[in-house]
Amino acid sequence: MSISLAPFAPGGPAAMDATLAQRLLGHALCRGGDHADLYFEYRTSASYVFEEGRVKTVGGGVSLGLGVRVLHGSATGYAYCEELTEEAMIAAARTAAQIARSGASPPPERIEPRALPSFYPLQTPSVAAPPEAKLDLLRRADAAARAFDRRIIKVECSFAEEIREILIVSSEGYMSCDVQPLIRFGVHVIAEEGGRRQGGSGGGGGRYGMEYFDAHPPEEHGREAARVATAMLHAWEAPAGEMEVVLAPGDSGILLHEAVGHGLEADFNRKRTSNYTDRIGQQVASPLCTVVDDGTIGHSRGSINVDDEGHPGQVNVLIEAGVLRGYMQDWLSARHFKTAPSGNGRRQSFRHNPLPRMTNTYLRPGPHDPEEIVRSVRRGVYARRFSGGQVNISNGDFVFSLTESYLIEDGRLTAPLKGVNLIGNGPQVLTRVTMLGNDFQLSDGIWTCGKDGQSVPVGVGTPTVKIAAITVGGTKA
Amino acid sequence: MYDQREELCRIAQEVAARAVAAGADEVEVVAQAGAELSVEVRLGQPELIHEAGARGLGLRLFEGRRTAVTYTSDFREEALRDFIATSVALCRLSEPDELNQLPARHELAREPLPELELWDERAFTVDAAGALERAQAAEAAALSWSPKITNSDGASYSRVYRSSAFVSADRSGICFCGTSRGTYQSLVVKPLCDDADGKKRNGSYWTADRFLDRLLSPEEVGRRAAERTVRKLGAEKIATAEMPVVFDPDAGRALLGLLFSVVSGGAIYRQASYLCGREGSQVASPLVSVVDDPLILRGPGSRAFDGDGLPSRRNVVVEAGVLRCYLLDTYSARKLGRASNGCASRSVGGLPHPSPSNFILQPGPTDPARIVGEVERGLYVTELMGYGFNPVTGDFSRGAAGFLIERGELTRPVSEVTVSANFDDLLQRIDAVGNDLDRRSSMMVPTLRVARMTVAGR
Repeated sequence: MSISLAPFAPGGPAAMDATLAQRLLGHALCRGGDHADLYFEYRTSASYVFEEGRVKTVGGGVSLGLGVRVLHGSATGYAYCEELTEEAMIAAARTAAQIARSGASPPPERIEPRALPSFYPLQTPSVAAPPEAKLDLLRRADAAARAFDRRIIKVECSFAEEIREILIVSSEGYMSCDVQPLIRFGVHVIAEEGGRRQGGSGGGGGRYGMEYFDAHPPEEHGREAARVATAMLHAWEAPAGEMEVVLAPGDSGILLHEAVGHGLEADFNRKRTSNYTDRIGQQVASPLCTVVDDGTIGHSRGSINVDDEGHPGQVNVLIEAGVLRGYMQDWLSARHFKTAPSGNGRRQSFRHNPLPRMTNTYLRPGPHDPEEIVRSVRRGVYARRFSGGQVNISNGDFVFSLTESYLIEDGRLTAPLKGVNLIGNGPQVLTRVTMLGNDFQLSDGIWTCGKDGQSVPVGVGTPTVKIAAITVGGTKA
Repeated sequence: MYDQREELCRIAQEVAARAVAAGADEVEVVAQAGAELSVEVRLGQPELIHEAGARGLGLRLFEGRRTAVTYTSDFREEALRDFIATSVALCRLSEPDELNQLPARHELAREPLPELELWDERAFTVDAAGALERAQAAEAAALSWSPKITNSDGASYSRVYRSSAFVSADRSGICFCGTSRGTYQSLVVKPLCDDADGKKRNGSYWTADRFLDRLLSPEEVGRRAAERTVRKLGAEKIATAEMPVVFDPDAGRALLGLLFSVVSGGAIYRQASYLCGREGSQVASPLVSVVDDPLILRGPGSRAFDGDGLPSRRNVVVEAGVLRCYLLDTYSARKLGRASNGCASRSVGGLPHPSPSNFILQPGPTDPARIVGEVERGLYVTELMGYGFNPVTGDFSRGAAGFLIERGELTRPVSEVTVSANFDDLLQRIDAVGNDLDRRSSMMVPTLRVARMTVAGR
């Protein structure tokens, strides 16, 4: 992408060059420390909300700043500033420096730009497209949702977009920069019939420009939201207790994200607080399961050309045929484990220090025909859409919440079920994967992961999955 | 030196005047500045010192009943000029809505605003070194409490302070200008122990207050955290059954948050709440009364005026189980054809929306020990997990952990179960309310008992 609006980009009013970066790193290391980095970020965002047949509001904003980090052993000093004057940047560097207590460390002698991959090339970012085009998308989604079924009484559509420009300078002597576009389209509807109401939602996006909508027209998202709301209008009480569960392909990847993903982030393993600590090389899942974290998928919401510590996004096999192969590393934990960073050091913004985080986490497809999987279940639950999940890293217990699910009886989907939560234990559930479909899908760009108060966009994916036993939290005991 | 109210007020007034001059009919400006200090220690060693100041300016403007909301952190002259011009241009993209206008002048808060004592000068006596000492002392107290505590997810101390100014203006000048400032600090400890089956068990305890001297001592926080961790050793699933469920205040807080989401004006006008049309009817057990009270001195959620500039007021939401009112901001009130009851909150970058201040489920007469003591067999829930709540239908299903109650005693730890019921039934079935109101956060709740829920496990 050619455009750059960031003040710290070459030619900008606060252009960063190697000499100034060296000087700032010198301040950051003025009390010692083993590593320091500078993280410049310029983010422009806009949002459009369409409600009750009109454009309700538009919004937007700009944030700009520099985060400075100094590492001293396993301790982190962090500070940031929102003005890119030399005085403010030096003050931030010297605040971050207070973590160290030894003599000054030298800044790098040379700083070289790092060559990076390009996983989301764009001709035109959406922020540069005319706003009217976005309003038109919202109107089309609204009309499609209303036209889908007469029982749809409320529709709200939204479009959010951002461009995040980052520049990372490390005391290891490299400089990385990236421009990260992100769009997210969403539709929420309410259906009503005979005094009963039900909600439904649809949406998608990723690191795309407006061409996203060529393959995913807004009508599709509007109809999907309407389909869910009407399908769930007359849902039955869900069963309670352990039973067989079949997960639909795509968004079910949340289960992986929660059940194993977080537990394989290296910080928890460095601190020995994860259930997967010391288990590399061991069988932790059914041999059907190969779990991958992959920051390189073209245009996916979780993809990154470079992580927020300056390392290229890459493909990391976490579990191979059930055997634990490795953790997701940031700089700090990689040094602890004496391995290389894996391109997983991410942060929410310049106000936050990096942590090991997932990018796009998925389960590779297996040998089974999805229809055969459903046919194999005598009584169970088919889980199709989700509102989110959560995990307790230490004991591995995780939940995820279903917003569209069906009872399976004698190999067929029968009644729609009321919203229900599934709870399981990560290491245990993956050993209970007994069938895996050949129908892999990646989620369509809607998920955001929260950890330690920081949110980052992620992707998930799975084929159809059968779990032999997991607790379904219905009301019908 | 930490009080930036005057400067923010000046900037906000200036931006408001310039936005009107640039073509807006009416504007609202929120300007905020403050700083955070947070530190973490783990196994006695510093893990993190994070210290920085931040500021932001948010603009909501109206022109011909169209509206836009924008924000920036760049206060430089030329940046503000571009920001105002862009905001006016964005506004012209939205479509007119009769309801898009400032509250009427007579509705706005007036001087003198109530003094709510939200600022503690003593907060600043704790610097990074002092914060590390407190976190270290708390973690050490946890680690030494029992040999069963084998590891630590760390202890952290954090302190934030913030000043803000809110200005609304129209073509005739400034309509309202209010300022506020507040301090807040917290200390949390997270010990771990190893269970027999190779699982790890974690627990935590925290203290938080606007006033430094009202925090629990680090030693007390550490001791309670250790106690709460060790008692989870040996946790396992129980068999699926219906039973009484007791929620301790840490778990009950989440229920109160859900209640807010279904009495919020935004959910009501969107018909996205199962409580639509239920005002005046029984929505909870007669033991349940809930108020939203922004005027509590030193309260964590207190505010002198709301995010639309209206005066804060105490609202009785549920009185002896009867739903008395929804919580409204100006926009949702107008949508519903009534007056706002002053519940708007406004972040720098967002639209005002109804939000709780100090949202309180009033304590009852019963000692928490008795609430458990009366249960023959049930579940005592200390943690809830996940997002299993549908506000449109009230369907509620969440992950839970806690203890089995047998013959009035907590007998063994339980994990990996879910608790489910329709939320309407859940509130109606509350048959005991504790006298132990937890005032640490703005969602205040005592121990609660629900006569019957489905607990799903084995």
